[in-house]
Amino acid sequence: MTTDEAKTIIFDVLSRVAPEISPDEVEHDIDLSEQLDLDSMDYLNWLIGISEVTGIDIPQRDASHFLTIDGAATYLVR
Amino acid sequence: MIEFKLPSLGADMDEGMLVAWLVAPGDIVERGQVIAEVETDKGIIEVECWENGYVDQLLLKPSSTKLSVGTPIAVLRTTAEPTLAGRPDAPGAEVIAGPSGPRDTVGVVEEVEADVAPAVSPPIRHLAHELGVDLDGLEPTGDGGQVTRDDVRRASVPISVPDARPRATPRARRSAAARAIDLGSVTPSRRDGLIVEDDLPGAATRRVVAPADDQDPGRAMRRAIARSMERSKREIPHYYLGMQIDLDEAMRWLVETNEDRSLTKRILPAALLLRAVTIALHEVPDLNGHWIDGSFKPSHVVHLGVAVSLRTGGLVAPAILNADGLDLEGIMVSLSDLVARARSGRLRSSEMSEATVTVTSLGDRGVDTVFPIIVPPQVAMVGFGKIAERPVVVEGSIVAHTVVSASLTADHRVTDGHGGGLFLLAVDRLLQEPQNL
Repeated sequence: MTTDEAKTIIFDVLSRVAPEISPDEVEHDIDLSEQLDLDSMDYLNWLIGISEVTGIDIPQRDASHFLTIDGAATYLVR
Repeated sequence: MIEFKLPSLGADMDEGMLVAWLVAPGDIVERGQVIAEVETDKGIIEVECWENGYVDQLLLKPSSTKLSVGTPIAVLRTTAEPTLAGRPDAPGAEVIAGPSGPRDTVGVVEEVEADVAPAVSPPIRHLAHELGVDLDGLEPTGDGGQVTRDDVRRASVPISVPDARPRATPRARRSAAARAIDLGSVTPSRRDGLIVEDDLPGAATRRVVAPADDQDPGRAMRRAIARSMERSKREIPHYYLGMQIDLDEAMRWLVETNEDRSLTKRILPAALLLRAVTIALHEVPDLNGHWIDGSFKPSHVVHLGVAVSLRTGGLVAPAILNADGLDLEGIMVSLSDLVARARSGRLRSSEMSEATVTVTSLGDRGVDTVFPIIVPPQVAMVGFGKIAERPVVVEGSIVAHTVVSASLTADHRVTDGHGGGLFLLAVDRLLQEPQNL
Protein backbone atom coordinates (compact mmCIF):
# COMPACT_ATOMS: atom_id res chain seq x y z
CA MET A 1 0.00 0.00 0.00
CA THR A 2 1.30 3.47 -0.86
CA THR A 3 0.86 6.51 1.38
CA ASP A 4 -1.72 7.92 -1.03
CA GLU A 5 -3.71 4.67 -1.00
CA ALA A 6 -3.57 4.61 2.79
CA LYS A 7 -4.82 8.20 2.99
CA THR A 8 -7.65 7.44 0.59
CA ILE A 9 -8.82 4.67 2.92
CA ILE A 10 -8.29 6.83 6.00
CA PHE A 11 -10.44 9.63 4.59
CA ASP A 12 -13.02 7.24 3.22
CA VAL A 13 -13.61 5.81 6.66
CA LEU A 14 -13.46 9.25 8.26
CA SER A 15 -16.24 10.49 6.00
CA ARG A 16 -18.41 7.59 7.15
CA VAL A 17 -17.72 8.20 10.85
CA ALA A 18 -18.01 11.98 10.58
CA PRO A 19 -20.07 12.67 7.44
CA GLU A 20 -20.21 16.41 8.11
CA ILE A 21 -16.44 16.84 7.82
CA SER A 22 -14.95 17.92 4.52
CA PRO A 23 -11.56 16.26 3.83
CA ASP A 24 -10.04 19.52 2.55
CA GLU A 25 -10.44 21.02 6.01
CA VAL A 26 -8.31 18.37 7.71
CA GLU A 27 -4.65 19.09 8.58
CA HIS A 28 -2.63 15.90 8.17
CA ASP A 29 -0.09 16.53 10.92
CA ILE A 30 -2.31 17.79 13.72
CA ASP A 31 -4.13 15.69 16.34
CA LEU A 32 -7.25 14.45 14.56
CA SER A 33 -9.65 14.18 17.50
CA GLU A 34 -8.74 17.65 18.65
CA GLN A 35 -9.06 19.46 15.32
CA LEU A 36 -12.23 17.65 14.28
CA ASP A 37 -13.83 17.43 17.72
CA LEU A 38 -14.11 13.63 17.47
CA ASP A 39 -15.25 11.92 20.63
CA SER A 40 -13.85 8.61 21.84
CA MET A 41 -16.65 6.67 20.15
CA ASP A 42 -16.09 8.36 16.75
CA TYR A 43 -12.38 7.73 17.11
CA LEU A 44 -12.87 4.03 17.90
CA ASN A 45 -15.33 3.69 15.01
CA TRP A 46 -12.69 5.27 12.75
CA LEU A 47 -10.03 2.75 13.89
CA ILE A 48 -12.46 -0.15 13.45
CA GLY A 49 -13.35 1.06 9.95
CA ILE A 50 -9.70 1.33 8.90
CA SER A 51 -8.97 -2.10 10.33
CA GLU A 52 -11.93 -3.63 8.49
CA VAL A 53 -11.01 -2.11 5.12
CA THR A 54 -7.27 -2.86 5.30
CA GLY A 55 -7.42 -6.12 7.25
CA ILE A 56 -4.69 -4.71 9.49
CA ASP A 57 -5.25 -5.28 13.20
CA ILE A 58 -4.57 -2.25 15.37
CA PRO A 59 -3.78 -3.39 18.93
CA GLN A 60 -4.49 -1.00 21.81
CA ARG A 61 -0.79 -0.27 22.33
CA ASP A 62 -0.48 0.99 18.74
CA ALA A 63 -3.40 3.41 18.96
CA SER A 64 -0.91 6.25 19.58
CA HIS A 65 0.18 5.95 15.92
CA PHE A 66 -3.30 7.02 14.90
CA LEU A 67 -3.38 10.47 16.45
CA THR A 68 -2.83 12.19 13.08
CA ILE A 69 -3.59 11.39 9.44
CA ASP A 70 0.14 11.26 8.66
CA GLY A 71 0.81 8.95 11.61
CA ALA A 72 -2.00 6.62 10.59
CA ALA A 73 -0.81 6.53 6.96
CA THR A 74 2.76 5.74 8.03
CA TYR A 75 1.51 2.89 10.24
CA LEU A 76 -0.61 1.38 7.48
CA VAL A 77 2.13 1.60 4.83
CA ARG A 78 4.88 -0.04 6.85
CA MET B 1 -58.62 -0.99 11.17
CA ILE B 2 -55.80 0.85 12.88
CA GLU B 3 -55.12 4.45 12.07
CA PHE B 4 -51.36 4.82 12.18
CA LYS B 5 -50.49 8.32 13.34
CA LEU B 6 -47.18 10.13 13.20
CA PRO B 7 -45.70 9.08 16.56
CA SER B 8 -43.91 11.29 19.06
CA LEU B 9 -40.45 12.14 17.82
CA GLY B 10 -39.10 13.29 21.16
CA ALA B 11 -40.24 15.64 23.88
CA ASP B 12 -39.21 18.78 22.05
CA MET B 13 -40.41 17.69 18.63
CA ASP B 14 -43.98 18.26 17.54
CA GLU B 15 -43.72 18.08 13.77
CA GLY B 16 -41.85 16.42 10.94
CA MET B 17 -41.82 16.00 7.15
CA LEU B 18 -42.63 12.60 5.66
CA VAL B 19 -39.53 11.87 3.57
CA ALA B 20 -40.04 8.25 2.48
CA TRP B 21 -42.22 5.19 2.88
CA LEU B 22 -40.33 1.93 3.42
CA VAL B 23 -43.47 -0.21 3.05
CA ALA B 24 -46.24 -0.45 0.50
CA PRO B 25 -49.91 -1.40 0.74
CA GLY B 26 -50.23 -5.14 1.23
CA ASP B 27 -46.91 -5.45 3.08
CA ILE B 28 -46.91 -7.36 6.33
CA VAL B 29 -45.46 -5.27 9.15
CA GLU B 30 -44.24 -6.26 12.57
CA ARG B 31 -44.08 -4.34 15.78
CA GLY B 32 -40.80 -2.39 15.84
CA GLN B 33 -40.31 -2.48 12.07
CA VAL B 34 -39.21 0.80 10.48
CA ILE B 35 -41.94 1.76 8.02
CA ALA B 36 -41.24 5.41 7.18
CA GLU B 37 -38.68 8.17 7.43
CA VAL B 38 -39.51 11.57 8.79
CA GLU B 39 -37.26 14.59 8.77
CA THR B 40 -37.26 16.66 11.93
CA ASP B 41 -35.25 19.51 13.39
CA LYS B 42 -32.91 16.83 14.72
CA GLY B 43 -32.32 14.94 11.50
CA ILE B 44 -34.02 11.99 9.82
CA ILE B 45 -36.00 9.86 12.24
CA GLU B 46 -36.99 6.32 11.32
CA VAL B 47 -40.62 5.77 12.27
CA GLU B 48 -41.42 2.36 13.70
CA CYS B 49 -44.66 0.46 13.59
CA TRP B 50 -46.20 -0.44 16.94
CA GLU B 51 -48.56 -3.18 15.78
CA ASN B 52 -48.36 -6.49 14.00
CA GLY B 53 -50.49 -6.55 10.90
CA TYR B 54 -50.30 -5.33 7.37
CA VAL B 55 -50.47 -2.07 5.50
CA ASP B 56 -53.88 -1.29 4.05
CA GLN B 57 -53.37 2.26 2.80
CA LEU B 58 -50.70 4.91 2.86
CA LEU B 59 -52.65 8.11 3.48
CA LEU B 60 -49.95 10.61 2.64
CA LYS B 61 -47.15 10.84 0.13
CA PRO B 62 -43.69 12.11 0.98
CA SER B 63 -43.62 15.90 0.66
CA SER B 64 -42.08 18.98 2.18
CA THR B 65 -45.26 19.69 4.15
CA LYS B 66 -44.70 19.71 7.90
CA LEU B 67 -46.96 17.25 9.70
CA SER B 68 -47.92 17.50 13.35
CA VAL B 69 -47.32 14.56 15.65
CA GLY B 70 -50.61 12.64 15.71
CA THR B 71 -51.45 13.17 12.04
CA PRO B 72 -52.85 9.92 10.55
CA ILE B 73 -50.39 8.76 7.89
CA ALA B 74 -51.42 5.18 7.17
CA VAL B 75 -54.12 2.62 7.77
CA LEU B 76 -53.01 -0.74 9.13
CA ARG B 77 -55.05 -3.86 9.65
CA THR B 78 -54.50 -6.76 11.95
CA THR B 79 -54.33 -10.04 10.09
CA ALA B 80 -57.78 -11.10 11.34
CA GLU B 81 -59.58 -8.16 9.76
CA PRO B 82 -61.09 -8.10 6.28
CA THR B 83 -59.11 -6.25 3.69
CA LEU B 84 -59.72 -3.15 1.63
CA ALA B 85 -56.72 -2.98 -0.65
CA GLY B 86 -56.30 -6.73 -0.95
CA ARG B 87 -53.68 -8.74 0.77
CA PRO B 88 -51.49 -10.61 -1.72
CA ASP B 89 -51.02 -13.72 0.39
CA ALA B 90 -54.55 -13.90 1.78
CA PRO B 91 -56.30 -17.23 1.21
CA GLY B 92 -58.16 -17.17 -2.06
CA ALA B 93 -56.47 -14.00 -3.21
CA GLU B 94 -54.59 -15.68 -6.06
CA VAL B 95 -53.02 -13.41 -8.59
CA ILE B 96 -55.93 -11.59 -10.16
CA ALA B 97 -54.96 -9.46 -13.12
CA GLY B 98 -57.87 -7.12 -12.80
CA PRO B 99 -58.60 -3.61 -11.63
CA SER B 100 -59.77 -4.79 -8.22
CA GLY B 101 -57.04 -7.35 -7.51
CA PRO B 102 -53.52 -7.09 -6.18
CA ARG B 103 -52.39 -5.40 -9.41
CA ASP B 104 -54.10 -2.30 -8.12
CA THR B 105 -51.89 -2.41 -5.10
CA VAL B 106 -48.83 -2.62 -7.30
CA GLY B 107 -49.93 0.52 -9.11
CA VAL B 108 -50.17 2.40 -5.84
CA VAL B 109 -46.75 1.16 -4.81
CA GLU B 110 -45.14 2.42 -7.98
CA GLU B 111 -46.68 5.81 -7.63
CA VAL B 112 -45.52 6.15 -4.07
CA GLU B 113 -42.03 4.97 -4.87
CA ALA B 114 -41.68 7.42 -7.71
CA ASP B 115 -42.26 10.17 -5.22
CA VAL B 116 -39.80 9.00 -2.60
CA ALA B 117 -37.21 11.65 -1.88
CA PRO B 118 -33.58 10.61 -1.47
CA ALA B 119 -32.22 10.23 2.08
CA VAL B 120 -30.38 13.38 3.08
CA SER B 121 -28.52 14.05 6.32
CA PRO B 122 -28.86 17.54 7.81
CA PRO B 123 -25.23 18.60 7.00
CA ILE B 124 -25.72 17.62 3.36
CA ARG B 125 -29.06 19.44 3.31
CA HIS B 126 -27.26 22.48 4.64
CA LEU B 127 -24.66 22.25 1.86
CA ALA B 128 -27.42 21.89 -0.72
CA HIS B 129 -29.11 24.97 0.67
CA GLU B 130 -25.85 26.92 0.47
CA LEU B 131 -25.23 25.87 -3.12
CA GLY B 132 -28.85 26.42 -4.10
CA VAL B 133 -29.33 22.78 -5.07
CA ASP B 134 -32.83 21.34 -5.02
CA LEU B 135 -32.61 17.90 -3.40
CA ASP B 136 -35.72 16.51 -5.08
CA GLY B 137 -34.78 14.38 -8.05
CA LEU B 138 -31.12 14.28 -7.10
CA GLU B 139 -29.66 10.84 -7.75
CA PRO B 140 -27.95 9.58 -4.59
CA THR B 141 -24.75 7.52 -4.97
CA GLY B 142 -23.99 6.92 -1.29
CA ASP B 143 -24.52 3.74 0.74
CA GLY B 144 -28.18 2.86 1.20
CA GLY B 145 -29.41 5.63 -1.07
CA GLN B 146 -27.76 8.41 0.94
CA VAL B 147 -27.08 11.66 -0.86
CA THR B 148 -23.38 12.49 -0.60
CA ARG B 149 -21.53 15.81 -0.71
CA ASP B 150 -20.36 14.97 -4.22
CA ASP B 151 -23.93 14.39 -5.40
CA VAL B 152 -24.85 17.87 -4.21
CA ARG B 153 -21.75 19.49 -5.70
CA ARG B 154 -22.37 17.77 -9.04
CA ALA B 155 -25.96 19.00 -9.04
CA SER B 156 -24.84 22.57 -8.34
CA VAL B 157 -23.31 22.65 -11.82
CA PRO B 158 -26.06 23.42 -14.34
CA ILE B 159 -26.55 20.47 -16.65
CA SER B 160 -27.36 21.07 -20.28
CA VAL B 161 -29.70 18.53 -21.81
CA PRO B 162 -29.18 18.08 -25.52
CA ASP B 163 -31.34 14.95 -25.39
CA ALA B 164 -34.49 15.01 -27.51
CA ARG B 165 -36.46 13.47 -24.63
CA PRO B 166 -36.96 16.11 -21.95
CA ARG B 167 -35.91 15.09 -18.44
CA ALA B 168 -38.90 14.80 -16.17
CA THR B 169 -39.92 13.01 -13.00
CA PRO B 170 -41.93 9.80 -13.58
CA ARG B 171 -44.90 11.52 -11.99
CA ALA B 172 -44.68 14.54 -14.30
CA ARG B 173 -44.27 12.20 -17.27
CA ARG B 174 -47.38 10.20 -16.34
CA SER B 175 -49.39 13.32 -15.67
CA ALA B 176 -48.31 14.88 -18.98
CA ALA B 177 -49.17 11.69 -20.88
CA ALA B 178 -52.59 11.52 -19.25
CA ARG B 179 -53.36 15.09 -20.23
CA ALA B 180 -51.67 14.88 -23.67
CA ILE B 181 -49.15 17.60 -22.83
CA ASP B 182 -45.91 17.70 -24.85
CA LEU B 183 -43.11 17.77 -22.29
CA GLY B 184 -40.89 19.51 -24.87
CA SER B 185 -43.11 22.57 -24.60
CA VAL B 186 -42.84 22.75 -20.79
CA THR B 187 -40.34 25.15 -19.22
CA PRO B 188 -38.75 23.58 -16.16
CA SER B 189 -38.60 25.75 -13.05
CA ARG B 190 -35.62 23.93 -11.58
CA ARG B 191 -32.09 24.98 -12.43
CA ASP B 192 -31.09 21.41 -13.36
CA GLY B 193 -33.76 21.34 -16.06
CA LEU B 194 -35.77 18.47 -14.57
CA ILE B 195 -39.48 18.90 -15.23
CA VAL B 196 -41.65 18.30 -12.18
CA GLU B 197 -45.43 17.95 -12.09
CA ASP B 198 -45.91 21.52 -10.92
CA ASP B 199 -44.28 22.79 -14.13
CA LEU B 200 -47.10 21.39 -16.26
CA PRO B 201 -49.67 23.93 -17.51
CA GLY B 202 -52.54 24.33 -15.09
CA ALA B 203 -50.75 22.64 -12.24
CA ALA B 204 -51.87 24.07 -8.94
CA THR B 205 -49.14 25.99 -7.20
CA ARG B 206 -49.40 24.20 -3.92
CA ARG B 207 -45.71 23.94 -3.18
CA VAL B 208 -45.01 24.74 0.43
CA VAL B 209 -42.40 27.43 0.77
CA ALA B 210 -40.70 27.04 4.12
CA PRO B 211 -39.18 30.12 5.72
CA ALA B 212 -35.42 30.38 5.18
CA ASP B 213 -34.86 29.61 8.83
CA ASP B 214 -36.38 26.15 8.45
CA GLN B 215 -33.84 25.16 5.85
CA ASP B 216 -30.90 25.73 8.16
CA PRO B 217 -30.68 22.55 10.24
CA GLY B 218 -28.43 24.23 12.79
CA ARG B 219 -30.94 26.95 13.59
CA ALA B 220 -33.91 24.60 13.52
CA MET B 221 -32.19 22.33 16.01
CA ARG B 222 -31.28 25.29 18.20
CA ARG B 223 -34.96 26.22 18.31
CA ALA B 224 -35.92 22.65 19.26
CA ILE B 225 -33.38 22.67 22.10
CA ALA B 226 -34.59 26.11 23.19
CA ARG B 227 -38.19 24.88 23.44
CA SER B 228 -37.24 21.85 25.48
CA MET B 229 -34.85 23.66 27.83
CA GLU B 230 -37.24 26.59 28.39
CA ARG B 231 -39.91 24.12 29.38
CA SER B 232 -37.47 22.29 31.65
CA LYS B 233 -36.34 25.41 33.52
CA ARG B 234 -39.89 26.75 33.69
CA GLU B 235 -41.53 23.60 35.02
CA ILE B 236 -38.92 21.48 36.79
CA PRO B 237 -37.50 22.43 40.20
CA HIS B 238 -33.96 21.14 39.64
CA TYR B 239 -31.53 20.18 42.36
CA TYR B 240 -27.87 19.42 41.71
CA LEU B 241 -25.41 17.02 43.34
CA GLY B 242 -21.83 16.17 42.52
CA MET B 243 -19.02 13.92 43.66
CA GLN B 244 -15.56 12.88 42.51
CA ILE B 245 -15.35 9.17 41.73
CA ASP B 246 -12.03 7.36 41.80
CA LEU B 247 -11.65 5.43 38.54
CA ASP B 248 -8.13 4.12 39.14
CA GLU B 249 -9.21 0.51 39.54
CA ALA B 250 -11.82 0.74 36.76
CA MET B 251 -9.35 2.16 34.24
CA ARG B 252 -6.68 -0.39 35.14
CA TRP B 253 -9.21 -3.16 34.64
CA LEU B 254 -10.34 -1.65 31.35
CA VAL B 255 -6.80 -1.41 29.94
CA GLU B 256 -6.14 -5.03 30.93
CA THR B 257 -9.45 -6.20 29.48
CA ASN B 258 -8.93 -4.35 26.20
CA GLU B 259 -5.36 -5.60 25.80
CA ASP B 260 -6.56 -9.01 24.60
CA ARG B 261 -9.53 -7.74 22.65
CA SER B 262 -9.84 -7.00 18.97
CA LEU B 263 -10.80 -3.44 18.01
CA THR B 264 -14.46 -4.30 17.53
CA LYS B 265 -14.69 -5.78 21.04
CA ARG B 266 -12.89 -2.91 22.76
CA ILE B 267 -14.77 -1.23 25.59
CA LEU B 268 -14.63 2.50 26.20
CA PRO B 269 -14.83 4.11 29.65
CA ALA B 270 -18.16 5.66 28.62
CA ALA B 271 -19.74 2.18 28.42
CA LEU B 272 -18.50 1.40 31.93
CA LEU B 273 -20.08 4.60 33.27
CA LEU B 274 -23.39 3.90 31.49
CA ARG B 275 -23.48 0.35 32.84
CA ALA B 276 -22.88 1.58 36.40
CA VAL B 277 -25.65 4.18 36.03
CA THR B 278 -28.09 1.56 34.75
CA ILE B 279 -27.50 -0.74 37.72
CA ALA B 280 -27.58 2.14 40.23
CA LEU B 281 -30.98 3.24 38.87
CA HIS B 282 -32.45 -0.03 40.14
CA GLU B 283 -31.36 0.99 43.63
CA VAL B 284 -32.96 4.45 43.32
CA PRO B 285 -35.84 3.80 40.89
CA ASP B 286 -37.46 7.20 41.47
CA LEU B 287 -34.89 8.76 39.15
CA ASN B 288 -36.09 6.61 36.25
CA GLY B 289 -39.39 7.55 34.63
CA HIS B 290 -41.50 10.49 33.54
CA TRP B 291 -43.42 13.35 35.15
CA ILE B 292 -46.76 13.35 33.35
CA ASP B 293 -49.91 15.31 34.22
CA GLY B 294 -48.80 16.28 37.67
CA SER B 295 -47.45 12.98 38.89
CA PHE B 296 -44.43 10.72 38.57
CA LYS B 297 -44.81 7.62 36.44
CA PRO B 298 -41.89 5.32 37.22
CA SER B 299 -40.56 3.12 34.46
CA HIS B 300 -39.85 -0.54 35.08
CA VAL B 301 -37.24 -0.63 32.35
CA VAL B 302 -34.30 1.69 31.75
CA HIS B 303 -34.27 3.40 28.36
CA LEU B 304 -30.96 5.16 28.80
CA GLY B 305 -30.77 8.46 26.91
CA VAL B 306 -27.27 9.39 25.80
CA ALA B 307 -26.49 12.99 24.89
CA VAL B 308 -24.54 13.11 21.63
CA SER B 309 -23.10 16.47 20.69
CA LEU B 310 -23.27 17.11 16.94
CA ARG B 311 -20.40 18.89 15.26
CA THR B 312 -22.84 20.67 12.99
CA GLY B 313 -24.24 22.30 16.11
CA GLY B 314 -26.71 21.22 18.74
CA LEU B 315 -27.17 17.79 20.22
CA VAL B 316 -29.46 14.79 20.25
CA ALA B 317 -30.15 12.44 23.15
CA PRO B 318 -31.43 9.14 21.74
CA ALA B 319 -31.95 6.20 24.07
CA ILE B 320 -30.32 2.81 24.39
CA LEU B 321 -33.61 0.93 24.72
CA ASN B 322 -33.90 -1.64 27.53
CA ALA B 323 -30.38 -0.83 28.71
CA ASP B 324 -30.97 -2.80 31.91
CA GLY B 325 -31.24 -5.96 29.83
CA LEU B 326 -27.75 -5.45 28.41
CA ASP B 327 -24.40 -6.43 29.90
CA LEU B 328 -21.32 -4.22 29.56
CA GLU B 329 -20.53 -5.48 26.08
CA GLY B 330 -24.14 -5.04 25.02
CA ILE B 331 -24.09 -1.43 26.24
CA MET B 332 -20.87 -0.83 24.30
CA VAL B 333 -22.30 -2.28 21.07
CA SER B 334 -25.50 -0.25 21.45
CA LEU B 335 -23.62 2.94 22.25
CA SER B 336 -21.37 2.55 19.22
CA ASP B 337 -24.37 1.97 16.96
CA LEU B 338 -26.34 4.84 18.47
CA VAL B 339 -23.52 7.40 18.12
CA ALA B 340 -22.85 6.37 14.52
CA ARG B 341 -26.55 6.72 13.63
CA ALA B 342 -26.87 10.02 15.50
CA ARG B 343 -24.01 11.35 13.35
CA SER B 344 -25.54 10.15 10.10
CA GLY B 345 -29.07 11.23 11.08
CA ARG B 346 -30.64 7.75 11.22
CA LEU B 347 -32.31 7.49 14.61
CA ARG B 348 -35.61 5.73 15.30
CA SER B 349 -38.76 7.30 16.67
CA SER B 350 -38.74 5.07 19.76
CA GLU B 351 -35.14 6.01 20.52
CA MET B 352 -36.05 9.68 20.31
CA SER B 353 -39.13 9.54 22.49
CA GLU B 354 -38.76 6.84 25.11
CA ALA B 355 -35.70 7.74 27.19
CA THR B 356 -36.51 7.35 30.89
CA VAL B 357 -33.31 9.07 32.08
CA THR B 358 -30.38 10.68 30.25
CA VAL B 359 -26.61 10.65 30.69
CA THR B 360 -24.28 13.31 29.35
CA SER B 361 -20.57 12.72 29.27
CA LEU B 362 -18.65 15.85 28.39
CA GLY B 363 -15.38 14.19 29.27
CA ASP B 364 -14.17 14.16 25.70
CA ARG B 365 -14.65 17.92 25.52
CA GLY B 366 -12.23 18.45 28.36
CA VAL B 367 -14.33 20.04 31.09
CA ASP B 368 -14.16 18.68 34.62
CA THR B 369 -17.78 19.00 35.65
CA VAL B 370 -21.16 19.27 33.94
CA PHE B 371 -24.37 20.51 35.59
CA PRO B 372 -27.07 18.99 33.37
CA ILE B 373 -30.56 20.32 32.70
CA ILE B 374 -33.27 17.67 32.77
CA VAL B 375 -34.94 16.72 29.48
CA PRO B 376 -38.71 16.84 30.12
CA PRO B 377 -40.70 14.75 30.89
CA GLN B 378 -37.77 12.87 32.45
CA VAL B 379 -36.94 13.53 36.09
CA ALA B 380 -33.17 13.15 36.24
CA MET B 381 -29.98 13.56 34.26
CA VAL B 382 -26.55 12.20 35.09
CA GLY B 383 -23.36 13.96 34.04
CA PHE B 384 -19.73 12.88 33.78
CA GLY B 385 -16.82 15.25 33.21
CA LYS B 386 -13.32 14.62 31.96
CA ILE B 387 -11.58 11.45 33.09
CA ALA B 388 -8.20 12.69 34.30
CA GLU B 389 -5.42 12.20 36.82
CA ARG B 390 -5.91 14.28 39.94
CA PRO B 391 -4.33 14.35 43.40
CA VAL B 392 -6.30 12.25 45.88
CA VAL B 393 -5.63 11.29 49.48
CA VAL B 394 -5.17 7.56 50.05
CA GLU B 395 -4.33 6.39 53.58
CA GLY B 396 -2.98 9.81 54.51
CA SER B 397 -0.81 10.30 51.43
CA ILE B 398 -1.42 12.42 48.37
CA VAL B 399 -1.22 10.29 45.24
CA ALA B 400 -2.22 10.70 41.59
CA HIS B 401 -5.35 8.72 40.67
CA THR B 402 -7.60 8.67 37.63
CA VAL B 403 -10.88 10.27 38.64
CA VAL B 404 -14.11 11.57 37.14
CA SER B 405 -16.51 14.18 38.41
CA ALA B 406 -20.02 12.69 38.46
CA SER B 407 -23.08 14.87 38.81
CA LEU B 408 -26.78 14.34 39.16
CA THR B 409 -29.52 16.81 38.37
CA ALA B 410 -32.92 15.65 39.54
CA ASP B 411 -36.52 16.82 39.81
CA HIS B 412 -37.31 17.91 43.38
CA ARG B 413 -40.98 17.07 42.86
CA VAL B 414 -39.98 13.40 42.72
CA THR B 415 -36.81 12.93 44.77
CA ASP B 416 -34.79 14.74 47.42
CA GLY B 417 -31.05 15.27 47.80
CA HIS B 418 -30.86 12.23 50.05
CA GLY B 419 -32.14 9.82 47.38
CA GLY B 420 -30.04 11.50 44.73
CA GLY B 421 -26.99 11.16 46.96
CA LEU B 422 -27.64 7.44 47.41
CA PHE B 423 -27.68 7.10 43.65
CA LEU B 424 -24.27 8.75 43.15
CA LEU B 425 -22.83 6.66 46.00
CA ALA B 426 -24.13 3.53 44.26
CA VAL B 427 -22.48 4.57 40.98
CA ASP B 428 -19.22 5.12 42.89
CA ARG B 429 -19.45 1.74 44.65
CA LEU B 430 -20.19 -0.11 41.40
CA LEU B 431 -17.25 1.48 39.60
CA GLN B 432 -14.88 0.24 42.31
CA GLU B 433 -15.65 -3.33 41.21
CA PRO B 434 -15.52 -3.04 37.43
CA GLN B 435 -15.18 -6.81 36.95
CA ASN B 436 -18.75 -7.17 38.24
CA LEU B 437 -20.24 -4.68 35.79
